[in-house]
Amino acid sequence: MLHEPAARIETDKAASKKAKLGVKMFLFYTLVYAGFVFIGLARPEWMGLEAIRGLNVAILYGFGLILLAIIMGFIYNYLCTRMEDEMNKH
Amino acid sequence: MIYEVSNLAIIIFLFIVGLVLGLSFYFARKTKSASKYYAAGGNIHWAVNGIAFAGDYLSAASFLGICGMIAYSGYDGFLYSIGYLAGWVVALFLVAEPLKKLGKYTFTDALDSRFNSKHIKLAASISTLIVSLFYLIPQMVGAGDLIVPLLGLPHWIGVLLVGSIVILIVATAGMTSTTYVQFIKGALLVVFSTILTFQILNKGISLTPNENYHQFLKTEAVVSNGVLSQMVDPSYQLVKTTVVDNLEFAQLEKDGSLYWFHVNKQGDKAVLDEMLYMTTLPDGSVLYNGAPKSERKFYQVGHLSKIVVDGKEVSKTGPLGPFEFLKAIENSEVVRFSKKAFTDGEDKVTVWRQNVTTGKDVMKPGLLYKLSSAAGATSWDRLNFISLMLALFLGTSALPHILIRYYTVPSQRAARKSTIVGISAIGFFYILTLYMGLGAMVNGVLDVESSNMSAPLLAKTFGVGLFSIISAIAFATVLGTVSGLIVASSGAIAHDFIDKYLQVEMTDKGKVKAGKIAAVCVGLFAILLGILFKGMNVSFLVGLAFAVAASANLPAILFLLFWEKTTAKGIAWSIVVGIVTSIGIILFSPTMWEKYGLIPADAPIPLDNPGIISIPLAVITLVAVSLMTQKENLTKTNK
Repeated sequence: MLHEPAARIETDKAASKKAKLGVKMFLFYTLVYAGFVFIGLARPEWMGLEAIRGLNVAILYGFGLILLAIIMGFIYNYLCTRMEDEMNKH
Repeated sequence: MIYEVSNLAIIIFLFIVGLVLGLSFYFARKTKSASKYYAAGGNIHWAVNGIAFAGDYLSAASFLGICGMIAYSGYDGFLYSIGYLAGWVVALFLVAEPLKKLGKYTFTDALDSRFNSKHIKLAASISTLIVSLFYLIPQMVGAGDLIVPLLGLPHWIGVLLVGSIVILIVATAGMTSTTYVQFIKGALLVVFSTILTFQILNKGISLTPNENYHQFLKTEAVVSNGVLSQMVDPSYQLVKTTVVDNLEFAQLEKDGSLYWFHVNKQGDKAVLDEMLYMTTLPDGSVLYNGAPKSERKFYQVGHLSKIVVDGKEVSKTGPLGPFEFLKAIENSEVVRFSKKAFTDGEDKVTVWRQNVTTGKDVMKPGLLYKLSSAAGATSWDRLNFISLMLALFLGTSALPHILIRYYTVPSQRAARKSTIVGISAIGFFYILTLYMGLGAMVNGVLDVESSNMSAPLLAKTFGVGLFSIISAIAFATVLGTVSGLIVASSGAIAHDFIDKYLQVEMTDKGKVKAGKIAAVCVGLFAILLGILFKGMNVSFLVGLAFAVAASANLPAILFLLFWEKTTAKGIAWSIVVGIVTSIGIILFSPTMWEKYGLIPADAPIPLDNPGIISIPLAVITLVAVSLMTQKENLTKTNK
C-alpha cells in the first residue's frame, strides 16, 4: 500500500549532487534574507538611509532579495541541467 | 461606500466566469481517472505549470491584500511581497525535485512514502485540511469585497458566487481545469498589473488626486486651561469633545450637519481636522458621516499634503520613471487615514483621522510593525516581526495546494523548470505591488471600510474599462486559488483519509466521485467562513495560513528529506504540535482578541504571528520523538 509517484521517474544519478548544490544555494540566500531581517531589528534606522539613485536601503534590499531569488533560480537550473546531462548520459 | 455599477464591468465579469466554466466542462469529459482528477494525469507542460504556479500562488492575498496593506501601511505591506517570494527559494532548492519523486497525488503521499504509517496519513490529511481552510477564508473574504463595487451586490453574495463557481470547476474536472484556470488567470494578472503600473507612473503624483476629491474641512479653536473654549470661525458650534488613547476628538455642528474633528492643540489654540466617521446606532443602523449610506457622504480618501521633487515643493509632477516615482514619494508627505473606535453615549463611533506621515517613514518598515525603540517598539514587537518573516520564508514550500502542483508535471526536471517560471512571474508581480499599493495610497481611491479594494479602485481612476478588467481578473484570481485549495482539501479527505487511512474499498471511478463530493462539502464550508470573516485584511489572514503551514508541514518535509533518523511517529507528532501551537497562539493573539470584541492589549499572548514559537516546537518534537522511536526505522522503505 505504499504511495507511488503519479508519473514514472527515471533513476537520476545527479540527484545527490543537485541536492548538495540546492542546500548550498539555499544557505546563501537564507544568509542574505537573514541580513535583511537583522537590519530591520538591530539597526532599523539604516533602512531609511539613502543608498543608490536616491533610493533607500529598504527598497534596494527588498527589490534585491526578489531579483536575487530569480537570478539564483536560473543559475541553479543551468547547473542542474548540466549535471543531469553529464551524469545520466548512459 | 457606495459604488456605481458599470455594464462593461458586468459583461467582462460574465465573460471571464463563462470562460473558466466552459474550460471546466470541456475538461470534465476527459477526467475519468483518479490520476486525472488529482494530478491532471501528470502531463502538464512545465511552462504552463510555471504560470499556473503563479496563478495558484498570486491569490487574493497578493493582489488585494498586499496592495491594500501597502496603501495603508507603506513598506510594511511590501514585507509580505519579499517574504512570499523568498519562500520560493526553499521550494526550489530543497523541496521541488525530491517531493516530485516521492509523491503521487497529495502532500500526504510524499510524507508517507517511506513509512506507510496510519499516524502520518491522519495527521497530514488533517494538516492539509486546516491549512487549506485557513487559506480559503481570505480568498472568500476577498471575493465578497470585489463583488460589492463590481456588480453592486452585497458581500455575502460575492462569497456565495465564488463558492458556487469553484465547486463547479473542481467538481467537474479537478486538477486539469484548475491548472488551466490558474494559467489563464496568472498570465492575465501579471499583464494587467503591468499596464496598471505604467498608468500610475504616467500619471505621476499630485496634491489633488482627482477633480472629485473631497476637500477636508479645517478650522481653529481657542484653548483655555487645556480645553477648547471657543471656535474661531463662528459658523462652527462646539458640541462635545472626547479623548481616546491620548487623541482628542471634537464633535462640531456646521450648517445643521454634525462632524467629528481631530484636535491638534498648539499652546492656546488648536487646529481641528475633519475626520471620516461611522456611527452605529443602538438599533443597529449605521450612519456614514452622519447620514445613511445612500446619501453618499462617505468619501474615498488618500492624498499627499506635500510633494518635493529635486528639493523643490511642487503641486504635481507629471510622468515619472519607476525610480523617480519611489524617490518622489519618499521626499514628500502622505496623509494616511488611521482608525479609532469609541463609544459616544449609546452610539458606537469609528473615526478615521488624517495622519500626516513623512514619505521617509512610508518607504521603510515601521508603520505597522514597530521596530525602533524611538517608535516605542517592545521585545514582543520585534518578535512579531521575526516571526512574520520566518513564517513567510518557510510557509510557501509547506502549502499543500502548492505542493500538489509538482505532481502535475511529468519529471523532476519539469518540476524544477516550472518552479523557476513561477518564481520569475511571481517575483515580477511582487515588484509591481509596491507601485500599485503606493499608487492607491496617494490617488484618493481608498475605501476605509476595506483595505482589500485598493488596487481595483485605483484601476477605476484610469477608466471603467481597466477597472472592469482588473476586477474581473481579481475575481478570477480568487477562483484560481480557491480551486487549487479545494482540490488539495478534497484530496486530503477522499484520497488521504477515506481511501488510505480508513482503507475504504473504492474503484478508480469511485475515488473520483469521493473527491468530487468532498470538494462540494469543503466549498460549502468555505462559503460560510467567507461570510463570517468579512472585513479582515486578506493578506494578514494568509500570513496566518503560512504560519500554520510552516509549523505543521515544513519540519516534517525537510527532516524526511534530509535526516535519516526521522520516524513516522516523529513526523506525525511534529505535525500535531505544529498545528496545535500555531493555532493556539493565533486564537489568543491581540488580533483575535479584537475580533472577539475584547481589548487587544489584554490578549494572553502578545504575538500575532506564531511561527517563532510554533516552528521550533514542531522541530524539537520531531527530533525528540524520532530519537525515541528508532526501532520503527527498521521497517522503513528506502527510496
